[in-house]
Amino acid sequence: MPIPGRARHTEDRVPAFDEMNEAGRIRPAYAGIARYLDGAGGAALEAKRREAEILFRRIGVTFAVYNQGGDPERLIPFDVIPRIIAADEWQGLRRGLEQRVRALNAFLADIYGPRKILKEGLVPAELVLKNEGYRDVMEGFTPPGGVYTVISGIDLVRTGPEEFFVLEDNCRVPSGVSYMLENREAMMRLLPQLCSAHRIAPVSHYPEELLDTLKSLAPPACRGEPTVVVLTPGPFNSAYYEHSFLADEMGVELVEGADLFVRDDTVFMRTTAGPRRVDVIYRRVDDEFLDPRAFRPDSMLGVPGLIAAYRAGRVTLANAPGAGVADDKAVYPFVPDMIRFYLSEEPILKNVPTYMCERDDERAYVLEHMHELVVKLARGSGGYGMLVGPHSTQEQRDDFAALIRERPGDYIAQPTLALSTVPTLCETGMAPRHVDLRPFILFGRDQVRMVPGGLTRVALREGSLVVNSSQGGGTKDTWVLEQDPPPMTQSMGGMTQSMGSGMTQSLGGMTQSLGKLGGGTND
Amino acid sequence: MLARTADSLFWLGRYMERAGNTARSLNATLRMASLAAPRGTEAAEWASLLVASGTAAHHEQLYGDPTPAGAASWLTLDTLNLSSVASCFESARRNARAVRTALTVDMWEAVNDTWIDLRKLDPGEAGGDRLMGFNDWVIARTVLFNGAAMDTMLRDDAWRFVRLGVMLERADNTARLLASRLTAFEPGAEANVENHTQWQALLRSVAALRAYQHLFRERLRPARVVELLLMRPEHPRSVSACYEELNDILSVLAMSDGEDRVSCRRLAASLRGRCVEHTPARLMDGALKDLLDEIVAGNGRLGESIGKCFLAG
Repeated sequence: MPIPGRARHTEDRVPAFDEMNEAGRIRPAYAGIARYLDGAGGAALEAKRREAEILFRRIGVTFAVYNQGGDPERLIPFDVIPRIIAADEWQGLRRGLEQRVRALNAFLADIYGPRKILKEGLVPAELVLKNEGYRDVMEGFTPPGGVYTVISGIDLVRTGPEEFFVLEDNCRVPSGVSYMLENREAMMRLLPQLCSAHRIAPVSHYPEELLDTLKSLAPPACRGEPTVVVLTPGPFNSAYYEHSFLADEMGVELVEGADLFVRDDTVFMRTTAGPRRVDVIYRRVDDEFLDPRAFRPDSMLGVPGLIAAYRAGRVTLANAPGAGVADDKAVYPFVPDMIRFYLSEEPILKNVPTYMCERDDERAYVLEHMHELVVKLARGSGGYGMLVGPHSTQEQRDDFAALIRERPGDYIAQPTLALSTVPTLCETGMAPRHVDLRPFILFGRDQVRMVPGGLTRVALREGSLVVNSSQGGGTKDTWVLEQDPPPMTQSMGGMTQSMGSGMTQSLGGMTQSLGKLGGGTND
Repeated sequence: MLARTADSLFWLGRYMERAGNTARSLNATLRMASLAAPRGTEAAEWASLLVASGTAAHHEQLYGDPTPAGAASWLTLDTLNLSSVASCFESARRNARAVRTALTVDMWEAVNDTWIDLRKLDPGEAGGDRLMGFNDWVIARTVLFNGAAMDTMLRDDAWRFVRLGVMLERADNTARLLASRLTAFEPGAEANVENHTQWQALLRSVAALRAYQHLFRERLRPARVVELLLMRPEHPRSVSACYEELNDILSVLAMSDGEDRVSCRRLAASLRGRCVEHTPARLMDGALKDLLDEIVAGNGRLGESIGKCFLAG
């Protein structure tokens, strides 16, 4: 990682750790992939890439891009070369992710409750209480199970063999898990032989884990089997495919705000059989649009009275409103302290050093070193409103400097990390491209669940460090390789079933072999 | 209707259905084998598929122990296997030609185009990394055939004999698949997480994975899987749903022929009764194997009985 102040000024490329080739040698986890790539020609790989595109179009895995014109329903480019994480690497990440999510959740419980961390002065009170993600309605209320961040996505980047950093936390409505699942499906279709040459930890049980997690958080008023729904803003939302995919995979209803109503603090959905009570809502709608009575009165997406029902303990919202404070980029620098404060543990996963433009000395540093820093909107997402210093022009830097001076509280900056690279199929053939990793963490009443791996995003443009799909990023299948195969149960039940009588048609009293029929030669 | 015509319609339905079922099972097995290969137990998956297809003994006699590529080619293009996809499509077309006038144009074209495309197929297109694509094509052709029959056929006896064939074949296929994965349903199997992939594969091979979630809304459990595949009337591939339709059709046929041909119908009704008479829990306690054996044997008898009553003239 370039050290702030001493980082070399790089025009196009940041020297980076390549996950497949280390100092001219293939790293062991990639041995099978390297063999395959050596054997397969460029044309074969290109054919696989085209096949993948047809496959994704057919399934309907598309996303909407805002404000850019062109095809509004785009495919996220899928790269057929998988990204590999060794089993022991994943074990370390897994522990670190669980620790981080537990701390973020404890932080939310604290700031909407006793506010110890603010009283201790570890996190500035103003940063939290005036945060745009802060929701007054959550004060003095404990959500079911005490869980705020039921589903989170933590973005990780790698800079060396042992160096993983958390780039950002996503505690509101993280998306991308459907791509994780569909990418695996695609790989098993496109390259079944390569898949079967590896012992890949399965991910396909994610929807079951998600459903169990959601059910475990049923509200106090729910007796018996909880009814779970997915709440979507509708087909025009960029992640609509994912909403419908998850609802379908879990076997639950996909509802829009207008499908729900609240009576006597109880949430119902309108069905052909009349109103049906709803207990747990996996909502993919932003806080402000949940309930026009509690938040934006002009919201057409929301359900009037939802928050009152929530506070009455009659429905669970996942994630909890107000969870966004925990993933704010200005709160991010304090997460390591949260881990120490709430869990009395040392952070397993590192943070990227972050400069807060609000602070005079740090702002001065940022303004002087813009050519080597990444400047981000503290509240932006999707890669919008971002400057990658080493790749910027003087004009862009001047624009950003003006913006920072105008609203310093809105901006943070970080050193430009040399994100690791993985070989990727590009127009000019195979080349290293920068990647990140978004694992998904499920926090239930009973336990924290994770499927191994996550979504690998890849910056397809040469040298680019921006992996967001809205900025031309693609995805790869992520393989966590297992070790020490446990004995596999045999699927044979000792059954020797022969062809049942009458299973083939008898022709003129005898079963003829079709090989001798010469079927069709005279047609 | 001529008995010979009825015979051709019945087998047309059976062979088209069998081709689609074989392709579905092949896709599920490919997934299973892919997970099992690094553990070295890939061969067991293929052996299990051959057993379910009822062709294991024949295959062994001709080729010895199955290899993955060998088993796949045996079930797809090998015409020495009367149940291979190629044989099924070939036989389906032979039967369709014999009763060309009893079919609608849409049905005939579904069968005939399939056969034309099959003959143009390069063997490499049904193996290796392209096997799944081939299977998808086979499934699509079978779906097209069933849809063409559903949407265009007069609901007369011709329709009934096609459906008899489809339903008997389907009941048999689902029962055999379940029987070939019995160890994943033995007492205590629920506690073993390794079995999860078995349940998943089985549901996938009868297009019931999402149906499971829609019906039960919970993680996969062996008793539920058995319930769905054997007992649930809502799933069009459950054994009892198939018997239900067989029973309905046989009731009509027995009446319109004005003769006492109720023995077939009784057999279908009694098999259906056997599927649903135990609770799933009881089946998980060891009764499943006997029941499946009974069903597979019963399907054989039902097929013979239909042949004797209606198709032999």
